[in-house]
Amino acid sequence: MPEQAPPASAATASTCGEGRVVLEARGVDKTYQMEGLEVRALRGVDLRICEGRMLAVMGPSGSGKSTLMHIIGLLDRPTAGSVRVEGEEVSHMAPNELAAVRNKRIGFVFQSFNLLPRTSALANVELPLVYAGVGGGERARRARESLERIGLGDRLGHFSSQLSGGQQQRVAIARALVTEPSIVLADEPTGNLDSRSGVEVMSILQDLNRQGITIIVVTHDPRVAQHAERIVHLSDGRIVRHEIVEDRTCADDEMAEILARAEEE
Amino acid sequence: MNLAESLRIALRALNANKVRSALTMLGVIIGVAAVILLVAIGTGVQGEILGQIEGLGSNLLFAFPAAMEGGGGGGQGGLAIRKQFELEDAERVRRVLGSSAIVVPIIQASGTIKAGNKTLRTTIAGGDDQGSEVFTADLAGGRHYNRAEYVGGVRVIGLGATVAKELFPRSDPVGKSVSLNGQRFTVVGHYEAQGGALSGDQDNQVYIPVTTAQRILNTRNISAIIIKAVEADDVERIRAQTRAALRPRFGSQLSVFSQEQTLGLLSQLLGTLTVMLAGIAGISLLVGGIGIMNIMLVSVTERTREIGIRKAVGAKTYDIMSQFVIEAIVLSVAGGAVGMAIGGGGAAVLDRWVPTEVTAWAVALAFFFSAGVGVFFGAYPAWRASRLDPIEALRYE
Ligand SMILES: Nc1ncnc2c1ncn2[C@@H]1O[C@H](COP(=O)(O)OP(=O)(O)O)[C@@H](O)[C@H]1O
Ligand SMILES: [Mg+2]
Repeated sequence: MPEQAPPASAATASTCGEGRVVLEARGVDKTYQMEGLEVRALRGVDLRICEGRMLAVMGPSGSGKSTLMHIIGLLDRPTAGSVRVEGEEVSHMAPNELAAVRNKRIGFVFQSFNLLPRTSALANVELPLVYAGVGGGERARRARESLERIGLGDRLGHFSSQLSGGQQQRVAIARALVTEPSIVLADEPTGNLDSRSGVEVMSILQDLNRQGITIIVVTHDPRVAQHAERIVHLSDGRIVRHEIVEDRTCADDEMAEILARAEEE
Repeated sequence: MNLAESLRIALRALNANKVRSALTMLGVIIGVAAVILLVAIGTGVQGEILGQIEGLGSNLLFAFPAAMEGGGGGGQGGLAIRKQFELEDAERVRRVLGSSAIVVPIIQASGTIKAGNKTLRTTIAGGDDQGSEVFTADLAGGRHYNRAEYVGGVRVIGLGATVAKELFPRSDPVGKSVSLNGQRFTVVGHYEAQGGALSGDQDNQVYIPVTTAQRILNTRNISAIIIKAVEADDVERIRAQTRAALRPRFGSQLSVFSQEQTLGLLSQLLGTLTVMLAGIAGISLLVGGIGIMNIMLVSVTERTREIGIRKAVGAKTYDIMSQFVIEAIVLSVAGGAVGMAIGGGGAAVLDRWVPTEVTAWAVALAFFFSAGVGVFFGAYPAWRASRLDPIEALRYE
């Protein structure tokens, strides 16, 4: 048994500089059983994410980044250790309670977008509100606002198949934002995109972070990680290094560069 | 998430797979249409036959030289024919009953009738000069055979509507010659069709004096005695008197049926038949339901990723469950509605050949059964869907 978990109030009160702790993982282990073989994807991970920060989780493929994101996103349960969301311990929660917490507090952005097929952008963004019990008029209004916020106000009725990869990922971001979650988790959000769309997505994430939204980006790409304020290095299921980014990349500057280069040609 | 929302999601999913949805519904459509149609035919035929028998009048009694063994249906086959009636027996009954009833000796047999180059299998109905009191067909032309022809056993014949139409499609049969079982007969009259789709048999009949019938069939016997009470209230008394009159010769080996008893037996038989038809159709509805389950299972597998997405953004177990159950219910109820329309329409069209009657209970049964099929066969796939682990579902390719 690892160290005694402090009471919830203590966790809520614990600060990291100026902010509140939004998400906390303590001693998280995850072991997969595969045909009798044990795969230890995470080994004793401690992580604390403060409100309003932008954090990158970086490591080579297979280092356990996605596994970690699924666990702190309450999509999966750790084999051992505890996860707290806004101070609340979630390991004892039933699947339906976890669904409610995900719905209210966590937004996901996946590498493969994960939009509903044959469904309009607007309906996709409305989806979390459907399960939050938000009714017709307000739901459509909020979904529209969320799409406008990431610059897709003119694509409301388009199906995912009628949108470019970059646009699809922006719809996914709008969906993640629509319930005004405490935190947005993005797993390789630029992995399936060309470099320009990737920069666009990073620019949106940075912009949202400036507006105060807590963001975690999972990536194997150091250039993507460089957009965050801090980087947690993961290797073989362990956190091996915390890094404060000295020379943070600004996606808007990158965008300007790309546009300038395009101009020259 | 409310019902309207679930319904919208279900409709969108079904709309996205139109062909598959339609094929799935087809099973239920056929099942429901079959239930409604077969029950409609069963009910219609039952009503028609009972109506025809009632049309004979409720004051008729039928006497047969046989005993009901075990009170009907039991023994080695219900009616066991023993000693036969003769004309004398009818005479005896007539003497006892006097003017309170009309007593008609009857012969029923099958025969072959020819005119020119046309030949027809038909039923021979022999009676006396009062036969027209108990045979219900109305004269269309000519006359009934008369008392003198009955007494003399003259070869005169009245043709039922079907026979007249087959043998003399364009001319008046009255006065023409026909051959019945190889004997020459003169047509004295022909009769109106008795109407109703099932009366083909009744119209394919010829009427001759019972004495003539005995000659051409070479017998002294008659098939039955029909007694028509002048007053309907008198039927029970007349039945007792008839039994008493025939007891010396036949003892207990005698059956005197009233109209109601015949009706009761027949009604029971036809009712059983209708239920059997409904049961057979119900099986096809069951098969349709299994089709729904099959497609729903495929649909759940195919949409595993969708389920994962929904769960990731906050769908609870019952949200997923209700989504798929409602999808199955929409399939089966929509199929049920189309099936009802086809069943009802089919019954209306078929009514030209076979009597049909669409009953409320058959429609209600089909509807609730199809909705039930949706719930029942949708529940298992929906439960499977709702139990999926979100991360497993998202990872599914
Ligand atoms: N469902 C699973 N079953 C078995 N092993 C898994 C499963 N998911 C991930 N793993 C293993 O866990 C390790 C970490 O995987 P993952 O978290 O996806 O890494 P990353 O996202 O950093 O590439 C890998 O070795 C991977 O093979
Ligand atoms: Mg990964």
